[in-house]
Parts: sequence; C-alpha cells; structure tokens
Amino acid sequence: MPKKPLTRLALAAVCATGMLATLPAHAGKTLDAIKARGQLVCGVNEGLAGFSAADSQGKWAGLDVDVCKAIAAAILGDANKVKWVPLNAQQRFTALQSGEIDILSRNTTWTLTRDASLGLNFTGVTYYDGQGFMVPAKLNLKSAKQLKGATVCVQSGTTTEKNLTDFSRANNLNVKPVVFEKQEASTGAYFSGRCVAFTTDASGLASIRNKEAKNPAEHVILPDLISKEPLGPAVRRGDDEFFAIAKWVQFALIEAEDYGVTQANVDTMMKSDNPAVGRILGSTEDTGKLLGLDKNWAANAIKAVGNYGEMFERNVGPKSPLGLPRGLNNLWSNGGLMYAPPVR
Amino acid sequence: MTAPASPPTKRDWSWRSRHVRGLLYQLIALGLIGLAVWFLAHNTLQNMRVRGIQSGFDFLSSPAGFDIGERMVPYESNDPYWMAFLIGILNTLRVALVGIVLTTILGTLLGIGRFSHNALVRGLCYAYVELFRNVPILLQLLMWYLVLIDGLPSPGQQVSVFGVFYLSNGGLSYPVPVWGLGQGLAAAGALVGVVLAWLWARRARLHFEQTGQPRPVLLPAVGLVIGCALGGWLAGGAPTAWSIPAPGGFSMEGGSSLTPEFIAVLLGLTLYTASYVAEVVRAGIASVPRGQAEAASALGLSKGQQMRLVSLPQALRVIIPPMTNQFLNLTKNSSLAVAIGYPDVVSISNTAINQTGRAVECISIIMLVYLTTSLCTSVLMNWYNKRSAIKER
Repeated sequence: MPKKPLTRLALAAVCATGMLATLPAHAGKTLDAIKARGQLVCGVNEGLAGFSAADSQGKWAGLDVDVCKAIAAAILGDANKVKWVPLNAQQRFTALQSGEIDILSRNTTWTLTRDASLGLNFTGVTYYDGQGFMVPAKLNLKSAKQLKGATVCVQSGTTTEKNLTDFSRANNLNVKPVVFEKQEASTGAYFSGRCVAFTTDASGLASIRNKEAKNPAEHVILPDLISKEPLGPAVRRGDDEFFAIAKWVQFALIEAEDYGVTQANVDTMMKSDNPAVGRILGSTEDTGKLLGLDKNWAANAIKAVGNYGEMFERNVGPKSPLGLPRGLNNLWSNGGLMYAPPVR
Repeated sequence: MTAPASPPTKRDWSWRSRHVRGLLYQLIALGLIGLAVWFLAHNTLQNMRVRGIQSGFDFLSSPAGFDIGERMVPYESNDPYWMAFLIGILNTLRVALVGIVLTTILGTLLGIGRFSHNALVRGLCYAYVELFRNVPILLQLLMWYLVLIDGLPSPGQQVSVFGVFYLSNGGLSYPVPVWGLGQGLAAAGALVGVVLAWLWARRARLHFEQTGQPRPVLLPAVGLVIGCALGGWLAGGAPTAWSIPAPGGFSMEGGSSLTPEFIAVLLGLTLYTASYVAEVVRAGIASVPRGQAEAASALGLSKGQQMRLVSLPQALRVIIPPMTNQFLNLTKNSSLAVAIGYPDVVSISNTAINQTGRAVECISIIMLVYLTTSLCTSVLMNWYNKRSAIKER
C-alpha cells in the first residue's frame, strides 16, 4: 500500500518516540553512570547504629555503609565519593528498581521472593543474622516460647512479621502483633510497655537496646533465634557488570582477611611473595581489567575500610558499643560461614 | 412556570457550527486523556517486565502468612491475601463508622453550644474548636496514643472498675454477654421495638398535624424498644451468663477489649473532625434568619422547641453538603492510623507490598477502597440532602 512520504515520516516519528520513552536505560550502564557523575549512590538504613547511622556531623558509619565505601573506592578510587540515600523498609526496593540508587546496602534479608520477583540481585551476605526477641529483664523470661498470648511490637515492611507468625503457629503461642510503619514508633511502643516483647533481627535488637533504651540492663535479648536472616546488599537486575563488581568487592574484602591483608599493611603487602595476595592487590596480575576497574581496585577498597574482619570489629564486634560476637560471621577457616571464591 | 418555547432546531453538521466544534474539542480532550492513561500504564508494565518485576493480582489468592492483631471476623495467618485485605477494610470501616456517629453528635452539640446564653459554655465551645482544628491530625493521633500507652499503667497493674472493666496500656477490657438464644431473641425484640417506635412516632405526627395536640414521643419509643428487647430476653429463658475479663498471663482473658491503637485513632479522628463539624453546624444555624426564632417565640415555643422544630430543620439544608465533606475527611484521615499501629487497610497493604513486591497492585487496591467508601458516603448523603431540601409544592 503506497503511503505519502509525510505520513510515513510521521508514523516513524511516533514509533521512535514511543520506543525512546518505553525502553529503560541500556543494561550495563551503571558503571559508566557512576564514573560519569563521579559518585556512587547508595541506599542505607535511616539509622541503625553499627550498620548505618549518621553522626552529628552527618558522617555515615556502619557495616552496611562500609560496603558502599569499599565499592566507591574500588570504582572511583575514593571512598568518600558516595551519596547516601536513607531509606525506610518500604521505600528501599522501589528506590532500587526505579534507579534512584545504584546499590541497596540496608540490612536486607535475602529471600527467594525478593530475589526472584522484585527485579534485583543480591550480591552476597555481609552479615548472617537471625530474628530474636527483646523483653524486659524483670519478666524473668528464659525462652521466646514462654511468650504465650503476648503482644509483640513489630515494624512493618520486613520479613519479621512473617517469621513471628510462623513461630507463633509452630509453637501454638497465639501472639498478637502490633505493627508500626516506623521503627521509632515500634520501639517507642515497646519501651512504654504497650508490648511484652519487641522483635527484629538480633543485630538490630542489640543496636536498639544499646542506643534507645534508657537503661540497657533492663532489657534482655532472648537466646532463641527464630529464623535465618542473611543480610546483604542488592543491585538492580539486568546489569551483570555492576552486579559482578559489587559481588567481587565483597569477596575481595573476605579474601583479604583470609590472607592477612589489613588496612594498615596493604602497602607493604603489595611486595608480598604470595601470588594470591599479588592477584588481590593487583601488584602482579591485573584482575581489575576483567571487571572494568583499575588494577588496584581491591587495594583501594581495603585501604578505605580494611578487610571484612576489621569492618566487623570496628562497627559491631565485641569491642564496639554493640558488642556482637563474631559467631557465624567468622571466616570459614575459623568455624564461621564467611567464604569467598578465589580472586583468580 | 412554563418552559420557554424552544426555537425550531435543525442540526447543522458543518464545521462552522458551534455544536460540531464543541463536540470535536471534547472528543480530542477525551482522546488525549485516554492516550496519557494508556501511555503511563503501558510504560509502567513494560518497564516492570524488562526489569523482571512480576506483576498481577494473582497473589491475592495465595496465603498471606502474617497475623493481624485486631480483627472483626475470624482470620488465620494461612488465609489468602484477600482475606487479610478484607480484615484491613473492615478495620478501616469500623473506625470510620463509629467515628462519624460520635463526631456528628459531639460536633452538633458544640455547634449549638456556640449559641448558648451561658458565656462559659459559649467560650468553652469556642476554645475547643480553635484548639482542635488548628493542630495537625497526625500530631493529635500520636499525642493520644502516647497519652494512652505512657499514661496508663502496664497490664500487670491495670485499673479495675467494679472488677469487670479493666483499663491498662494494653487496652480497655469489658464484659460481654455469652451469645445464646436469649441474646438473639433480645436483639430481635429490640429490632421489633424500633419498628414499633417508628410507627408510634409517625402516628403521633399525623395526630399532631390533624388536631394540633402534641403526643409524647420520646418516652414511649424508648419504652417500646426496651420492653420488646426485655420480652425477647425473657422468652429466651433469661440467660445471665457474661464473659467477664480477668487478668491472666500477658493479657486479659475473657470478655472483649478495645486496643489502645483503636481508642487513639477513634479519639483523635472524632475530636479533630468534631471541631470542623461544630463550625458547619454553627454556620448552618446562623444562616436561619432571626425572624424565624422570633416568630417561633411569638407562637409560644420554648427555647428547646425553637431549636429542634424551627431552626435546626432549616439549618440542615445548609449543613448537609459540607457535613458530607467532613465525613469523607474523617474516613480518609483514618489512613494515618498506620503511624500508631492500627491495622487498617493501609497497614495491611504495606505488609503485603513488602512480602509480595506488588506495589502498584496494592496501592491501587487502597485507592479503590477509599474511592468506593467515599462515593458510597456521597451517594447516601446526597440522598439525605435531597430529602431534607425545600420541597416545592
């Protein structure tokens, strides 16, 4: 069917506009975008001491924060080139899906539903956690199974609600959840005595007890852990290059601890005879090229935040205010679960 | 009045006709809106597909897996998502309906109070309105909730009234009759009593219109309702079993209870909206000309009768339309309940969004729920407005 040239042109223009508007950014461009703007945009918790919290000068610190700092150092060579976007539990996935942030590092539990249906990829586990309960010490409770008929304060938008329900059903406890939108509201209600118990990840309980309780000794964290909560960062699906970078920066931090590379000795270790160390630090082999990064990507990351063990000790470990034991988060060689594939 | 003779109309379908051009503009506008909606929807779906985000309403029939602390119908955590949403919707409607009734009563009293001859009553009503309508509703909700959970004793040391009512920051527990045949018959009796009372009131009004002799209405009506209910209860064997709350374990056992979340939401919404309703009622009464009250007074009606029989019925015509707005506001403001942990439809949706990731779907469910309840309220109030409008005879 012959068409007037003008009509055809108009048709083509309409189609092209439609294509432009409907196609999302081309996959694999996250790295270019980060380099172009000279900044990594990182979604973090609004305030969870030990994991991500801003101090009075607005400087962010914590385990989740260090992950982003390490990635920024690996890509841009400067751990301070990060824009922090504090997110609540409900905003976090939308922020990542819509491209508002490059990476979500916000004590997020890796589950099947989230991995498979939200359009994101978890890059690994930075903290192996489990859900626990905090109760007033004066109740003299020994186990979470004694919470029959108790009201339990929960923050909405977490995996916590479902775990609580499963635990309650399995043990026939009939607990009554009181669900709040904001964490401050739920902990506030617990500390005023509205709920018998407060539940969230055990690391979060330690952080809240330490930071928000008037007298931390008046509250105990029950020994029961009712779920597996592997916490880790996530990136948008569809950009395998950036996915690999985020994943391997974490692995490099664990490898560094494995081989004894620390924040302090990274420069001297450059001259190490151990070929594995040479590969990690880029002094012998250029592993960065394969990832689209500089030769000393991992060295920069370790210089910025130290190896995984140092990150843990500084932010949440036994000597920090949270005082969490290393436990499952120890290296595999020390009986923990932290194991990284070889940087090779 | 007769309709003006319309000029002979002949449809002119030419481009110059105003009629055709008007139609064309409307079609273009409609088309553009349709296109914009289609574009947004298509774009969203396309982007979600490309990014691997699953969508669809199929999740509604899969098990929800979470508990809800407050529910009016039985619900188990392995019930499907639509049941969870239903619980949320019922919780929203519960607080909205009770709130609307209480707000209307309180607001009307406050509005009438502004016309009191007693300066103290007048001043108090004025102060109330100014205080409550000038503080944001979210702050008021948070304040009431804090007052309830911080001000009341913890469940171990609850305040007891007569040993049957218990008040603590775990809520208000109260006794309820154990439901049986007697209670069922009593409820049925009360219903029959309401119908009889309505018939009596109608007869009394007809009698008054024909003879001018007033008949008592209130006392016989109340008597009829109570009498019929009592009759039903006696016929059912006069059961006296009550479920009385008693302290046990971590919470009260037996009886029924209101949670502090529900009380705080209800209190906050009612007190806030009542300040607006009071202004609406005051404006309505003020719109009735003074002459009406003076005429009623000249006819020998008492102050109360003047208000009830002359001023209020005329004021209603002015009051009802803005009152509808206030009812809608109250219903929509109930969505703030999520801040203090009341499991309304927004709270349930938040949980559902997080568990399933179906944000677009859940948000549209919330929108649909509020749209439907608001439209229903509007339709009902419009019907009532028509009924109380001036009847031109």
